[in-house]
Formats: sequence, C-alpha cells, structure tokens
Amino acid sequence: MSNSAASSKSVIWDWITTVDHKKIGILYFLTGLFFFAVAGLEAILMRIQLMFPEMSFLGEQTYNEILTMHGTMMLFFAAMPIFFGFMNFIIPLQIGARDVAFPFLNNLGYWLFLFGGIILNVSWFTGGAPDAGWTAYAPLSSNSPGHGVDFYVMGLQVSGIGTLMSGINFLVTVINMRAPGMSMMRMPLFTWSSFVTSMLILFAFPALTIGLLLLMLDRIFGGAFFDVGLGGNVVIWQHLFWIFGHPEVYILILPAFGIFSEVIPTFAKKRLFGYTAMVFATLIIGFLGFMVWAHHMFTVGMGPVANAVFAVATMAIAVPTGIKIFNWLLTLWGGRIRFTVANLFALAFIPSFVMGGVTGVMLATSAANYQFHDTYFVVAHFHYVIIGGSVFGIFAGVFYWWPKMFGYRLSEAWGKWFFWLFLIGFHLTFFVQHFLGLMGMPRRIASYLDGQDLNDLNFISTMGAFLMGIAFILLVINVFISRKNTTNVNDPWDGRTLEWSIPSPVPHYNFAQTPLVRELDGLWFEKMNGDGRMKAAEPLDEIHMPNGSILPFFIALGLSIASFGVIFTSWIVIIVGLLVTFAAMFIRSIKEDHGYHVPVSEIKADQEVEK
Amino acid sequence: MAHVDPSAPLEGKASKETERKLKRESRTQIVSFVFMVFITTTAFLTVASDVIPSGFAIPFILLLASVQVIMQLYYFMHMNAKGTGWVNALIWGGLFVAAMTVAALMLLIGITKY
Amino acid sequence: MAQNEAITPQILPPNPEKATLEGRNKYLAFWFFLGGETVLFGSLFGTYLGLRSSTEGGPGPADLFHLDLVFIMTMILLTSSLTSVFAVINMKRGNFKMLLVWMWATVILGLGFLGFEIYEFYEYAHQGLGYGVSAFASSFYTLVGTHGAHVTFGVLWITTLLIRYRKSGITLTNAPKFYTAVLYWHFIDVVWVFIFTVVYLLGVGG
Repeated sequence: MSNSAASSKSVIWDWITTVDHKKIGILYFLTGLFFFAVAGLEAILMRIQLMFPEMSFLGEQTYNEILTMHGTMMLFFAAMPIFFGFMNFIIPLQIGARDVAFPFLNNLGYWLFLFGGIILNVSWFTGGAPDAGWTAYAPLSSNSPGHGVDFYVMGLQVSGIGTLMSGINFLVTVINMRAPGMSMMRMPLFTWSSFVTSMLILFAFPALTIGLLLLMLDRIFGGAFFDVGLGGNVVIWQHLFWIFGHPEVYILILPAFGIFSEVIPTFAKKRLFGYTAMVFATLIIGFLGFMVWAHHMFTVGMGPVANAVFAVATMAIAVPTGIKIFNWLLTLWGGRIRFTVANLFALAFIPSFVMGGVTGVMLATSAANYQFHDTYFVVAHFHYVIIGGSVFGIFAGVFYWWPKMFGYRLSEAWGKWFFWLFLIGFHLTFFVQHFLGLMGMPRRIASYLDGQDLNDLNFISTMGAFLMGIAFILLVINVFISRKNTTNVNDPWDGRTLEWSIPSPVPHYNFAQTPLVRELDGLWFEKMNGDGRMKAAEPLDEIHMPNGSILPFFIALGLSIASFGVIFTSWIVIIVGLLVTFAAMFIRSIKEDHGYHVPVSEIKADQEVEK
Repeated sequence: MAHVDPSAPLEGKASKETERKLKRESRTQIVSFVFMVFITTTAFLTVASDVIPSGFAIPFILLLASVQVIMQLYYFMHMNAKGTGWVNALIWGGLFVAAMTVAALMLLIGITKY
Repeated sequence: MAQNEAITPQILPPNPEKATLEGRNKYLAFWFFLGGETVLFGSLFGTYLGLRSSTEGGPGPADLFHLDLVFIMTMILLTSSLTSVFAVINMKRGNFKMLLVWMWATVILGLGFLGFEIYEFYEYAHQGLGYGVSAFASSFYTLVGTHGAHVTFGVLWITTLLIRYRKSGITLTNAPKFYTAVLYWHFIDVVWVFIFTVVYLLGVGG
C-alpha cells in the first residue's frame, strides 16, 4: 500500500482525509456497528423496564428519551451507515471501477453522518435527549420543552445532507463508472438494489429536510406551521415525515435484498433465478414505496376513499416482494447448498421476513388498522421486517464480505453460535409482541399494570432481548479471535462477481487493469469458460487517482458548529459555523486538484507480492 | 503516456458545423424567450384584468406555467438533447413525487375528508 | 505527476463541459441534485398551499401582493435565464470573453432580483406580516425565502467562478463548473415560474 502523498502523513491523518471508497466504506461500517451497539443497549434498557409490571427501573421521561433515541439511532445512524459501508466498499468493486464518481463528496458524506450522530448524542449531556419518538409528531415535538428535540432536528438535518450526497454519488457511479461490458443488465443484484436505494434517497430525503426545517422554524424561530392557534396544521408534519419515512424503510430493506441475492446464488452454486424479474421487482418496489406513505396515517382522519386508495396501493407491494421471495426459493431449489453463516442468515431471513410481510398486509387493511394502530402489534411487525430483513441482511453481508473488507475470515463455529442465539432471541422477543398488541398493550408506554395477562409475554420478550445481546457479544468476540484466519481470503466462497477476482486486502487502485465483463456473474463466467481470471479491457498503464483532502472535515465541522448555534439560539455561533463551512467550500471551489498517477512500476511490484 | 492538463486553456475554435449549430440554437433560444415573455405577460394580464372569471383563470395560468417550465427544461436546459435518458427519468421522477406531495398537503390534511 | 509531462495542446471539443469523465459525472450528478430539489420545493409549495388561507386575522395575499412588482421581478429572472443561455453558447463557441460578459450580466440581474425581494419583504413586514403572525405568513416567507436563498447562493457561486477564472480561458475543468452553475440558475427560474403563478397570481386572482 503506497502512495507518496499519503504515506508521509500519519495514519490518523490518512483516515480523516481519505478519498478511498474502501476506507470510507470501512469508516461507515465500523461507526455504524458502534452506533448499532449503543442503540441495541438502549433497547435492552427498555426491555428491562418492561420485564415486570410497574417497574421503576427507568423513569417515564428517561424511557421516552431512550425510546426515541433507540429508533432514531437504529435507523439513521446504525442500519443506514452499515449499508452505506457495504455500498461504498462493494459497488465500485462489483462494477469494475477504481473509485466512486465523487471521492471528495464521499468523504464529506461520512463526516456529515458522523457529526450528525455526535450532535444527536450530545443531547444526553445537555439536559435530556429528544423524547417525542423517532417520528417526532407535532405538536408533541413542536411543544416538547428543553433542547432535546432541537438536537434531533439538527442531528438528522446534518446527517441527511450527507446521505443525500452519497445517494447522488452512487447513482452517478453506477451510471458512468461501469467497466467495459458491464451493462446495466449484467450488474450484480446488490449494485442494482443499491442503485434503486439511491434513487429513493434522492427523492425521499428532501421531504425530511423540509419537515425538519419547518419544525426548527417553529421551535426556534417563531414559525407557526404546527401552531393550531395561528392557523397551523399538525398533519403537515405527518405527511412530510412519511413521504420521507416510507421510502426510508425501503432504503433499509432493498440493500438487504441485494445482499441476499448475492449470498444465496453463491452458496447454492447456482445462477440467481429470474435475474430480470428481480431487477424489475426492485424497481417496482422502489416506485410503489412513494405511493403508500399515508398508510401510516389511517387513523388521522383523511377519509374513507383516501384510506382505501392507500390500502390497495400498500397491498400491491406484496406482489413484487412475493416475486423476490419465490426467486430466492427457486435459486435454492436443486442447488448444492452450503450452510455457512452468511447463508444461514439468508435462509432464516426468508420465513422471518415473510411473517413481517404478512402482518404488513394485515396492517394495510385500513379498517382493521384502527384496531392495530399504536399497539405492540405494530412494534412486532416492523421489527420482523427490519431485523428479519435488514439486520439479517447486514449480518449475512458481514460474514460474506468480511474477508474482502478486512483480509481475514470470521470463525464459522463462533458465527453459528451467534446465528442461532440471535435467531432464537429475535423470535422470542418479537413473536410474543404480536399477541401483546392484540391484547391491547399500547406501544411507547413506559409501563403496564399487573393483572392484565401481559406479564408472562413481556417477560419472555425481555429474555429474548437478552439473548440477542449475548449473541452480539459473540460476534464482537469473533471479530477479535478470528484475526489469524488470513488464508484463502481472496475468493473464499468460490464467488461469482467481480469483487472476488482481486486480492484481499484490495489494492488502493482496486483493479490493476480495468476488467472486461463478458456475462452476468462475470467472474463465474470466466471460471467456467475462461482461465478463471477476468480478462483485461486495457493495457497495464499508469492509474489516475484522486488526492485526499481535509476540507470535507471542516465543511462538516462548520455545519455542526452552526447546528449548536441554532440549538442554543446564538447567532454568533451560527455565523462562525457557516463561515467555516463556506470558507472550506470556497477553497475547494477555487483550488484545482487533479490528483496523481500511480506509476506502472508500483502496480507491477504489487502484483509480484501477490504471487 | 502524455497526460492531459485539465487546467490548460482550450485552444482553437469551434468547428464550422458546431458554429452553425450554435447559431441555429441562439435563434431557437431567442424565439423561446420571446414566447416565454409572451405567456408570462398573458398570465399576469389574465389575473390583473377583472373580466376573466377565476374558474377559467386558475387552470389557464397553471397551464401556462407548465408550458413555460417545460420550455425552460427542454430548451434552455437542453433536456431534449441526446443522452439525457437518466436526466429525464430522474427529473420526471422528482416532479412526480413533488406533485404527490403537493396534492397530499392540499387535500389530505384532515380539513375536508375524502 | 502531471506537471512534468509533455503537454499536448487541448483542442476545443464541441461540448467542453462533457469532454472529461469528471465533467460527465458532474453534469449528471447536478441534474440528479435538481431532481431532489424538485421534491424539496414541492414540499414547500405543498405546505404553502395547505396553509395559505390560514391568515388568522393578519394580512392575507390579496391585501399584500402587488402584481406590478412581481411582474418586474419575473422579467428580470427570465432575462437572466436568457443571458446565461448565451454564456453557455459562447463557451461552446470558444469565446471566453463573451462567456464572462454574459455571466456577469446574469449576476447583475440576479442582484437586481434580490434587491426587489428584500424591498418586498421589508414592505410586508411593515404592513404587519411578521414571520410568526400566522401560518400563512410563516409558509409564505419560508417558500419565497428559500427561493431567495437559492438566488443568493447562485449569485455567490457564479461570482466566485468569475473571479477565480477571470483570466484562465475555457479549460476542461472550468467548463463543467460554468455549465452546472447555469443549470442551477435555470432551475431557480423554473421554481420562480411556479412561485409567481401559485403564490402571487393565485393569491390575487384565486
């Protein structure tokens, strides 16, 4: 690993200024895992509070804060960044590119995400975290006393800007940076689903931006959007939030679908069944994701026709999703299935996610929704789709791509303990919550009374949460004890796609020569019909690479300073923060940086070492 | 391999064909501009003169606005050029989502039930 | 590094903004950004339309808006769209000087527009339309103000480019920058078309 500019600087400086999509991917991934652990701990605290009736483990206010932070952290600062980590690391490798389209923006996106997460969590130390739920419905949020909700608004705003940039970056990368022969319909499904995810990000996040802007203006600058006394309307927040929020849950599930579509063919030793149908099903899910947001608002009082329209649109989503489920099953059918940890998660995903899907259709029935609304039935439903879908997808991806990302294989034995404990814990926690909900236990309430038949099921649920916590600890141990498994890391699973054609750890320029892709599952095609290596699309030549930059760090830092200025209403701090941001942007604009070239001698030296 | 210096000024002139094309384009753009001024003025006059009933005026000026926006997008911003498939797809995608948002916030905020 | 190499003179391509991969990336990314901005303004328009009759006894659209002022602002912005079109045509023609001239014209028209807008907000505030007076006031100022912030950013951006590249000639690096700035400027005009129709004309006539 060498480039003259970076090696002279310290390691930390290198990681702060890096524009290498692989390093940024790892940063996203590890930060996301950290926030995942924090938010998971918050979940366990909540479950302890609910273990017995009328517990006083957490106070009501603390419970509300932890509940809000658990949801917000899990969605925005754990699940999404982990997927961004995979996307960053894997997409360029899968399409045969040397980097993403905008390495600078990529770095900026990471810092905005991290600073957003920091802003949100600083709230714990300044008099209380946000307490209005992750949906922050007005007027609860617009009237919430203290600064908690302000931290929510600014933290999400800052990280949301970064997310939007990353989305655009991935879109352009996929469209413009594909290797010769890699047509759209030869792209691996993970890249396809990330591409559709990026479109969802592009169209969904601006609605959140405006929602948060209105909430900020109401809370801090005297706006009247949600003040009914001045003619405001609180339903506007719900619409804006869910116009963002429903696509957001697809942003969380589609990359997981993509990971399963990589893992299942690899471990069934079969080409993905119905590739074209899979691509179009992904696109249709993405499209329908924008047509159904109001099913979160059936009880608001939009009226029967509006409810019916959104109910039917919601149920329609079951069709493309069903197509996907059947395609995965038919990929497995007749395959030589290997039960690795990655594949176990993929196999467990199918029934778990189908359960979440079925309760989804139940909830979509707008008349019945009045009964389910705001009960634990909803909690059970969305945890079945988010854990059974997204989190299983993340863990499948962790075990599948770990050798490529970190150069060693995670232990399969420890991994299987982790898998079974997590699977059992997950179903134990959330299966019983369906019944708690049907029995009438409302969600988001800090406690429940004795003698209402809720005790046993709540106790079981808490035990399940403990099991998931123990399982996660096993994963962390696995990460540390497996570090010596550095053999057979280039292509440990007999892979099908381009990322397995290059060495692990990946050289910083990815491909010494841009590969020529001749078929879907390009590497597998070469394994069957060629010499097992990708053909080169260009002669060995110098490689042009971008230079690192510290400017993104300062752009993000300035915005964070300004955010604190907004939260504590100090115009001086706001102006200072914005000045830092605009100065960094200004320098970026006027200073041309054309990068550097990796000489042929260095590429050849790397190849010698590899042999 | 000789590297291209991206900061060097570009030399030479546009080819004859490019010049011809640009001349034609200038003419198209001026015509579109005049047309846009015309429809803008029409829209303002429609509202300013009190003779035209609002039942006609409202859809009419909305139509004029749409025409003008499409002219901006396709002539001034060249969305009609070759190789703009993705651009068209995502701009119309954005317009579609925006239209849904506007409709929902006008109709479904709980004041009138549908 | 690139500086030591023999440099072959760069001949002006027909579309200098899309002659390099960086340029093509920038072009595409900026359009996609505008797709996102469409939703952003859509949300603001929706909020305004949902709240525009909620004047709660404060001044309303019919009391405030003066069509003659808005007409002038519209014409200024429309003309600035044309000047930026001419700038791009001159860029493709290889006429750097005229590119600068037309871009400066765009900036000046943009400043003129901003001046009118500031005057307008000042007037409304004078007539009792404070930001938090009613939901209508908040949503009006937020929608039109966000557009104004876009104009301000566009003016600053184009001015930065004009000063930075005042002597450089057209290069493969700055052609995409000018081009995207012009796209941004057109987009600002597109948004204004909806604002003058939906906010002002419907405010007075509907």
